[in-house]
Amino acid sequence: MKAPMMEYTARELMAIAAARKINDGDIVFCGTGISMLAAMAAKHINAPNSIIIFETGAIDSQLEEIPLAVADPRVMFWASANGGLADAFAIMQNPITGQRVVGILGAAQIDRFGNLNSTAIGDYTRPTVRFSGSGGACDVASCVRRTIIFMQHERRKFVSQVDYLTSPGWLNGPEGRDKAGLSGGGPEAVITNLAVMGFDDHTREMFLEAYYPGTTPTQILAHMEFTVDISRAREIQPPTARELQILREQCDPQRLILG
Amino acid sequence: MNTAPDKRMGLAEAVARFVFDGAHISIGGFTINRNPMAAVYEIIRQRIKNLHLYAHSNGQGVDELVGAGCVAKVEIAYGGSGRFAPTCICFRQAVENQKIAVEDYSNYQMTLRFLAGAMGVPFLPTRSSLGTDIIEKWGFPASMRRADPQIPDHKLLVMDNPFGAWGQTTKVVLVPAIQTDITILHAQKADANGTARIEGLTFADVEQAKSARHVIVTCEDLVEPNALRACPDRNQIPGLIVDAVVHVPFGAYPTACYRYYDYDPVYLKDYSQSARDDLQHQAYLERWIYGLQDHPALLEQVGAARLEMIKADPGTGYAKGLDRR
Repeated sequence: MKAPMMEYTARELMAIAAARKINDGDIVFCGTGISMLAAMAAKHINAPNSIIIFETGAIDSQLEEIPLAVADPRVMFWASANGGLADAFAIMQNPITGQRVVGILGAAQIDRFGNLNSTAIGDYTRPTVRFSGSGGACDVASCVRRTIIFMQHERRKFVSQVDYLTSPGWLNGPEGRDKAGLSGGGPEAVITNLAVMGFDDHTREMFLEAYYPGTTPTQILAHMEFTVDISRAREIQPPTARELQILREQCDPQRLILG
Repeated sequence: MNTAPDKRMGLAEAVARFVFDGAHISIGGFTINRNPMAAVYEIIRQRIKNLHLYAHSNGQGVDELVGAGCVAKVEIAYGGSGRFAPTCICFRQAVENQKIAVEDYSNYQMTLRFLAGAMGVPFLPTRSSLGTDIIEKWGFPASMRRADPQIPDHKLLVMDNPFGAWGQTTKVVLVPAIQTDITILHAQKADANGTARIEGLTFADVEQAKSARHVIVTCEDLVEPNALRACPDRNQIPGLIVDAVVHVPFGAYPTACYRYYDYDPVYLKDYSQSARDDLQHQAYLERWIYGLQDHPALLEQVGAARLEMIKADPGTGYAKGLDRR
């Protein structure tokens, strides 16, 4: 008998695509929303020995229920240690532990080098739209080895130049971070509702790594203000039944983040 | 600072005595957890204006103060309340309409700034924000900075590592110390002397308290002095830095207080809904703050059933299975 076609949402695929990028033994720094879901999914599916940390000071959270903010008391569940911001940021910025940290971030705008804006649209002092600001995102992007970025794939969000550079990506290319005085790491992937974007090892420019079933590379380019290399693109492996089941039943049964 | 043995006070008196128009202030907590909300509502009720507010990510408390028109300037890392308001509604409107002046930092930078204030040094170094607009773009113009002796002339400074290549770092960002007139915290337990015990995450509360001229601690339980002194290694706030101790059960409501109660998703959702509309927000202020005498009156209006719903489960410290949709 032929297995029925699996139904899933773009949001579910986003969480799973990010979870697959988390390796066993990684220290995962997560922000609010879908990044927590990705961290939880990775821990349940493919990276049982990954460590989840929150900037609020919860170190190695076990997360029985999905938190709705990084300060949600749920981040303290069965943690190894509860501290404060200074403790969490030290783990992230200390080169010994920091080199194992993968940060998961989101933003309102991104450019081809993975620089992020989560502060304001328009002139900074007279913004047309104001967002939350850095929070800990700039701290993560400044120091950790790898970052994974969640974005909605829209032309106004994938821009030639961000209106405000809140969190450093590769800055202006291969030498950018070194010249600015930042450490070695940088953005590794952008996970959107349409695709997964990577960053070229040499140019540090964004390229299309994988597109979701039902989309094409050309359609994806139409959702961006700048163009990227699509020659390496392949269709992403859809979520497996096991991945979906764990995501839905163990990570977010109330569908607070999955919607 | 105050070394008196008994600093118990009513909330209205503590706010009237230590929070004044134009005060430089910080509040404890983070987004939707352990904000000193009873004190925030009392500041609003006393219609204190022109506050200069320092915040890392004190979401709900900051947004309510901004929305009620108490704030003129804010130095902040994050104006959000998690899923309830990815960008705080009143904060967003106030910045877009230029009703408040805002200066952006990162969370670690704000933490270090409070720590510098607590340590008595003019600044601390970090690598955060090199190459970004947090360094390039200033919300408080240089002229305003020079004219105001209470804020430093520079938002921050970048310098070459004076130790050469030591620490594998070529450049550092220096962030200036903060010293507030008043910092207000909500703790689970405190005694009359001001010794306080925070359970769970401390956020930057301790650094904030130690960098303040005056400190108000509100608490869930006001306990006998021996109760806390019997185990001082679990106390973070020494009594001597505290000026007023106020017993306010549910003093962090509608934000969470670990091991006591969860955040109230109903209140937070209703708040962010009404904050979107000026008339509705005015009605909110009347109904929940101006029209009520104090925090117990607010809790009574919320009702016992809702408070029971968010009661913390002893095993987890939050309301397990709470309907948060």
